[in-house]
Amino acid sequence: MATTHKNNSLAGPEGSDVMMVRPFKIRRMIKETDDTFSLELGPRDGTRGFSFEPGQFNMLNVFGIGEVPISISGDPTKTDELLHTTRAVGTVTKAMKKLKVGDTIGIRGPYGKSWPVREVEGYDVVVVAGGIGLAPLRPVIYYLLANREKYGKIVLLYGTRTPEEILFRKDLEKWRARFDLETFMTVDRATGDWRGNVGVVTTLIGRAPFDHLNSAAMICGPEIMMRFTVLELQKRGLVDDKIFVSMERNMKCGVGLCGHCQLGASFVCKDGPVYRYDQIRGIFTKREL
Amino acid sequence: MSLTEKQYAPKAVVARKDFQSLLDALLSQKYEISGPVVRDNAVVYDRISQTEDLPIGWIDRQNHGTYHLSRNKKKSLFGCINGSHTWKKFLYPMEKLVLEARRDGKKIELQELPNEEPRQALIGVRSCDLHALQILDKVLIEGPYADLSYSRRRKNLFIVAVNCSRASGNCFCVSMDTGPKATSGFDLALTEVIDDDNHYFVCETGSESGLAILKQIPHHEASVEELAAADKAIQNAVSRMGRSLKTDQLPEMLQRNFDNPEWEKVGQRCLSCGNCTMVCPTCFCTTMEDRTDLSGQVMQRWRKIDSCHTVEFSYIHGGSIRSSGMSRYRQWMMHKLAYWPEQFGTFGCVGCGRCISWCPVGIDITEEARTIENSE
Repeated sequence: MATTHKNNSLAGPEGSDVMMVRPFKIRRMIKETDDTFSLELGPRDGTRGFSFEPGQFNMLNVFGIGEVPISISGDPTKTDELLHTTRAVGTVTKAMKKLKVGDTIGIRGPYGKSWPVREVEGYDVVVVAGGIGLAPLRPVIYYLLANREKYGKIVLLYGTRTPEEILFRKDLEKWRARFDLETFMTVDRATGDWRGNVGVVTTLIGRAPFDHLNSAAMICGPEIMMRFTVLELQKRGLVDDKIFVSMERNMKCGVGLCGHCQLGASFVCKDGPVYRYDQIRGIFTKREL
Repeated sequence: MSLTEKQYAPKAVVARKDFQSLLDALLSQKYEISGPVVRDNAVVYDRISQTEDLPIGWIDRQNHGTYHLSRNKKKSLFGCINGSHTWKKFLYPMEKLVLEARRDGKKIELQELPNEEPRQALIGVRSCDLHALQILDKVLIEGPYADLSYSRRRKNLFIVAVNCSRASGNCFCVSMDTGPKATSGFDLALTEVIDDDNHYFVCETGSESGLAILKQIPHHEASVEELAAADKAIQNAVSRMGRSLKTDQLPEMLQRNFDNPEWEKVGQRCLSCGNCTMVCPTCFCTTMEDRTDLSGQVMQRWRKIDSCHTVEFSYIHGGSIRSSGMSRYRQWMMHKLAYWPEQFGTFGCVGCGRCISWCPVGIDITEEARTIENSE
């Protein structure tokens, strides 16, 4: 019997296939660190730009190799360029690193829930990033700065393992020079001529200038870093429903059909990757969930 | 005028000797017909065209990790409850080409894929499996994104349901409220009745297309006695459920017991073989496989049925989230019974019992739920 259920698909009842990709051309390859790089992409299929919300991700397809979810790391106020930052760790990202300017990458997206940049208007915003966790948070900073008058204090706390692993150095230099954005950085291990803070990123929270009664925090990094960051923020008096984290799980489809990204009863691809902390605190520390 | 469910009544009776005319009517409507057939001493679902293709005179015996067929004297067409196959293979194939592209210098040309989906008729779908299809609809059609091929195949589908008149040792549809009588989601629903020399099907119509097919088949209006005989047959199945599962507060009970040490015990027994996911009518997880031809100029992306019991399933850079077999079994069972209700408003289990029969070490989802609860 034919189904009588209403089809809510964005693809429409007889619409396009959700697996269909859009071909994008690599305009620029930017080496960020030893193993981390950014791709600047532009659409090949005509003039349409690319709109997204900070925190969303795309599925990136390397011809014949495979497809991976990668968060968008560029400026959400610019629709004519698409930036992705990733580390070459798996088969697909390693193949991606070898691509050249002019090569084509297939894109599906944008997918997922975004950081609540509009909901936190009027608040102080604390952005806490660990390592490559800065990539999905950079669009937040761009957005906040583009709408600077709508927010209270903006604080960026960024930690990496070593100074060599610091991403987006040019942006960080610009941000550190601004008076309307407080940037604090730390490294786990000082190497070379590092003269800054040494210690994990959570050590920055105690002295970060924000009003705990009127602040929201957005955190992205390794799960253990996010766990301790949440604890420190709670100590500073932030409430759980003003804390947001971005989760990562294996994804094959990005649209809630493949089942891989399940985190308890949620699908990271469609219910996340950004979660309000109070909505996942019960499962946040569960191992092998 | 559109027919309402009531107007499909009264129920009809189709004689055993006229069963072939049902298949012929479907064939004349250009349906590809699939149904249960016996192969390698088990019932599987495959293409059929003749009544004789059905497992005539066979019944299945199922228990923990066991499945075998035996002869029954009654020459029933639908004596076997189920086997290792599920109907999802006709709607959501094990492998499906989802993207094809050709390299042209630095450019990549996307190839148009055929979007014609077959017109299929499924014969002998049990009530549990009808519920399984409705569950798959929720996952694959009713979410924010839909699978186009599944939804097209689903629209084209003609379903001849069969109400169970016996139950296997692993059946628990009564617990899951999914059977044994088909109540919706079919075009025609048959109850097979064999009384002495009298062998017939009480036939209920569930859709306009079902009614149209019925009109092409010799039938008469069911008598009170015939209806009573059909009800009695279904009652027989109700009273012979091999297993039971307490579903009241089940999701909450399991969520509370995420860290219960009993999981370790079942984890020790589980072989992580994935059989339970392969035979489950609602397991929908898939992976993607990208292939190229030898020249490297043509790529294809295939969606393949996957299993949460593999280590790779939860792999992210650096390792797998669920590295222990225990955590993977727990994920599978918690998904069916604890997470699914939150995700899709229904359990992910329909009580068909396949995972119990086809588990090589006889793990029983109903027993495991009980064990967890009793050890609280």
